[in-house]
Amino acid sequence: MSKTLFDKIWDAHVVSTVENGPTQLYIDRQFCHEVTSPQAFNGLRARGLKVFRPAQTTMTADHNTPTIDQDKPVKDPVSRHQLDTFAKNAAEFNMPIYYPLGHKKNGIVHVIGPENGFTQPGMTIVCGDSHTSTHGAFGTIAFGIGTSEVEMVLATQCILQARPKTMRITYNGKLGKDVTSKDLALYTISKLTTGGATGYFVEYAGEAIRSMSMEERMTICNLSIEMGARGGLIAPDQTTFDYVNGREFAPKGEEWDEKLAYWKTLKSDEDAKFDMELVFNAADIQPMITYGTNPGMGMGILESIPTLEQIDEAGRISFQKSLDYMGFSAGEKLVGKPIDFVFMGSCTNGRIEDFRIFANYVKGKKKAENVTAWLVPGSWMVEKQIREEGLLDILNEAGFQLRQPGCSACLAMNDDKVPAGKYAVSTSNRNFEGRQGPGARTILAGPLVAAAAAVTGKITDPR
Amino acid sequence: MEKFKKTTSTVVPLPIENVDTDQIIPARFLKATNKEGFGDNLFADWRYNKDGSPKADFVLNNPTYSGSILVAGKNFGSGSSREHAAWAIQGYGFKVVVSSFFADIFKNNALNNGVLPVVVSPEFLSEIFEATNKDSKSTVTVDLEAQTITNNSNGKSENFEINAYKKECLLKGLDDIDYLLSKKGLIEKYEASRTIVY
Repeated sequence: MSKTLFDKIWDAHVVSTVENGPTQLYIDRQFCHEVTSPQAFNGLRARGLKVFRPAQTTMTADHNTPTIDQDKPVKDPVSRHQLDTFAKNAAEFNMPIYYPLGHKKNGIVHVIGPENGFTQPGMTIVCGDSHTSTHGAFGTIAFGIGTSEVEMVLATQCILQARPKTMRITYNGKLGKDVTSKDLALYTISKLTTGGATGYFVEYAGEAIRSMSMEERMTICNLSIEMGARGGLIAPDQTTFDYVNGREFAPKGEEWDEKLAYWKTLKSDEDAKFDMELVFNAADIQPMITYGTNPGMGMGILESIPTLEQIDEAGRISFQKSLDYMGFSAGEKLVGKPIDFVFMGSCTNGRIEDFRIFANYVKGKKKAENVTAWLVPGSWMVEKQIREEGLLDILNEAGFQLRQPGCSACLAMNDDKVPAGKYAVSTSNRNFEGRQGPGARTILAGPLVAAAAAVTGKITDPR
Repeated sequence: MEKFKKTTSTVVPLPIENVDTDQIIPARFLKATNKEGFGDNLFADWRYNKDGSPKADFVLNNPTYSGSILVAGKNFGSGSSREHAAWAIQGYGFKVVVSSFFADIFKNNALNNGVLPVVVSPEFLSEIFEATNKDSKSTVTVDLEAQTITNNSNGKSENFEINAYKKECLLKGLDDIDYLLSKKGLIEKYEASRTIVY
């Protein structure tokens, strides 16, 4: 029987099926960070359990970490305690792969996974973080889980999951000039809404996807969760293999040849059936921004916010509440609106290619005086690359400083909080109320729109 | 985990759609290393003013409404995978969340903490909102064994879905980890049988 890419990977990881229940799925790699893992380790302790396969878990501190003075003790005692607990758990449970704050391989979990070669085609990957879907860019089944599930995977390397339905989204043609993969993702979410792919695992396909770099693909898969999908994946190809080859934890020698032969089989069969199929034209996609308080409330940068009449009656209260929070009016255009902050970073757009796009745009220009810009690399490896490629000089010249790696203002657990009422153009993934700080107003966009906003001080079409 | 029992209760209505887990529990409260105390910060930014005083217009601060059943607009629990959202809901004292649609990760997290997410039709949902609006003492009954939910103000019932395994876990108070630990032999056998090993 013909199979989808998802089916092939899922079926290869089924340990057993619970009668009338979920699948017991084997997990090849788990990533742990300091915020969603302490209660899982506590659970193991309470049950007197060890970690079953410690080498299959990668630990990095990223969510609750400062982006300046990382060499000094963390100021906030509660955050420091959480980081100390993370260290204690790594030591007590003999976890061999642990990258604490300041380690040269430390960084955002979904950035360091791929760049160190932990992420490889055909794997199952989980993490107590919804943006685990990022790793799907390599042709993996990768999804976010809760802390109880983190504990299950630590204890047994398995998880119980209901098999999701499959969806394929095909993008025909090529993206227009200065339209990024973030725009493609925000466009898709605006069409599907934040719950439109709930219950599905999405395969992204088509010419527009094939011609993308791994960084661009990661941005798209990263945002799968924002339309409710369990995860998103892209069939691996030469671009994928070239990216993985040579990285520290990637297979070498004979093992590489053997795995590569297998990876080449990882694509949906031609007559494979999906539970849902959608097709978009890449040429229809414009640079995107969001205007509301969920990632589905997006529009082309030159378009107007919908009017109340265009919204379903049941959704009008929530729609109006959202616009009130943002300080916008129904039917309004946003281009030209002044903004206060720009956040460039996160697991969505904190990779080297994103910084290349940003630096290329601001080269020879100056940061707008009314804008506070936080440029936060996704990892120390990205930071190093920014220096080595000369991007830091370009950024400094234009009046921008680089901060130290971490999740930062994407979720504002640390001090990088946008003040109440202020507007932030952000390359991150969520514009929820209070996400970037209590009362903060987030406008999601790609790195190019963010760069344009940073130098003009207002919402600007970068084309 | 506590065993789930048949529940009849007044409800707390939250007729807002797309309530994400950042609203349920904002990120700045995720610094704890245990599971206790999150109920105090459930819906913190909707519930409290900046100075920590309660916002009078938020439903949790309205003494008219109480009960162990939270009823919310569609797509409840979207966004971040933080299980802290489920701990906050459970810690506050809710045993059931009713909506016409739930986000996947939240649903799993709730079930893993003995909180039952009940999916009802949009009509049934708006009838609960209407009934509570008219009379805050109107009740809803959730019977997991029979997989039914009843709006006691109009007597209407609906069946809801839950897989047989999860139902048994809730009724008996078992969690997935107990089950998985009992399958260690199978896991080792699976590992030994693999041709592609990561």
